[in-house]
Amino acid sequence: MMTNAYIYILVAALVSTIIRVLPVTIFRKPIKSRFVRSFLYYVPYVTLAVMTFPAIINATQSKISGILALVCGSIAAWFNMSLFKVACICCGVVFVAELFL
Amino acid sequence: MSDNTISKKKAITQGLRDGFPIGLGYFAVSFSLGIFAKSVGCNAIQGIINSFFNHASAGEYAVYSMIGVGASYLEMAIMTLIVNARYLLMSTALSQRIHPNTSFLHRLFIGFHVTDELFAISINRPGFVNPFYCYGAFFIAVIGWCAGTATGIIAGGILPARLVSALSVALYGMFLACIMPEARRHKIVAVLIIISFVLSYIANELSLFAAISSGTKTIILTVLIASVAAIVFPHPEVEDDD
Repeated sequence: MMTNAYIYILVAALVSTIIRVLPVTIFRKPIKSRFVRSFLYYVPYVTLAVMTFPAIINATQSKISGILALVCGSIAAWFNMSLFKVACICCGVVFVAELFL
Repeated sequence: MSDNTISKKKAITQGLRDGFPIGLGYFAVSFSLGIFAKSVGCNAIQGIINSFFNHASAGEYAVYSMIGVGASYLEMAIMTLIVNARYLLMSTALSQRIHPNTSFLHRLFIGFHVTDELFAISINRPGFVNPFYCYGAFFIAVIGWCAGTATGIIAGGILPARLVSALSVALYGMFLACIMPEARRHKIVAVLIIISFVLSYIANELSLFAAISSGTKTIILTVLIASVAAIVFPHPEVEDDD
């Protein structure tokens, strides 16, 4: 398992580097297909949402604190607070909530 | 176009300056990634290597989840493709803003430097993308990223459980910070996020899907939801992208 970790990292590094480098070196024109462009546009939001929930309520010691972090973090992010502040708010909410739970 | 005539040194300095707050943010978020990395048995060296070459929160998160569940390398590759697919778009957008005389090597490194935040600052500058600005910003940001991961792996274990519990949600906070501003701008995205939450919850709770690894679930759900959305609601602003 431990030695395998390097192969996982290598595979991910290769794929992510190709993704990053290919368009900027090869494609000089924008992608034409409306479907592909729309799909690529939606992908990050859907993926991140799927990875956030329910994982966030399983990451904390109590499910309630995870839910509170999700709600407060979503509100903070909705009001365009920075990545750093939203992350801090989520941590703070869990820390305070778990003092009482 | 005066922006393109500034000296390399000045471009690097500007990149370092703009990249610094990003590096600080990365430190906090990758600390949380480090805690997760440790929980699946990764050491600090692996964390640093992963952070340097992948430098993407969702991408690295995917690596550690795949290691955690012992997924296949093919799953790892597909998962990386899915969670980092947005970089295809960003790299494509950058390709439209690179001076035609830019060498292949510079193009390569401009592509490599892309993260959500670094892309945002690089594309927001007037005129052509200055490779040296990108390198300055990348340099300082990736230091924060690698140092945070390593610190999380090393120090995550000696922190009290309650503190680790609190810090482990930083990552999800960052995910929320990436998706919510767009949800506010486009109702469709907000609706998709809610649909994603619900379907993800169902997929994780129903024993029917228990045999499918969480990485594969993420891939299937993402392709499914994003495809349907792309067909039913072609992104209205797609035409306006420059």
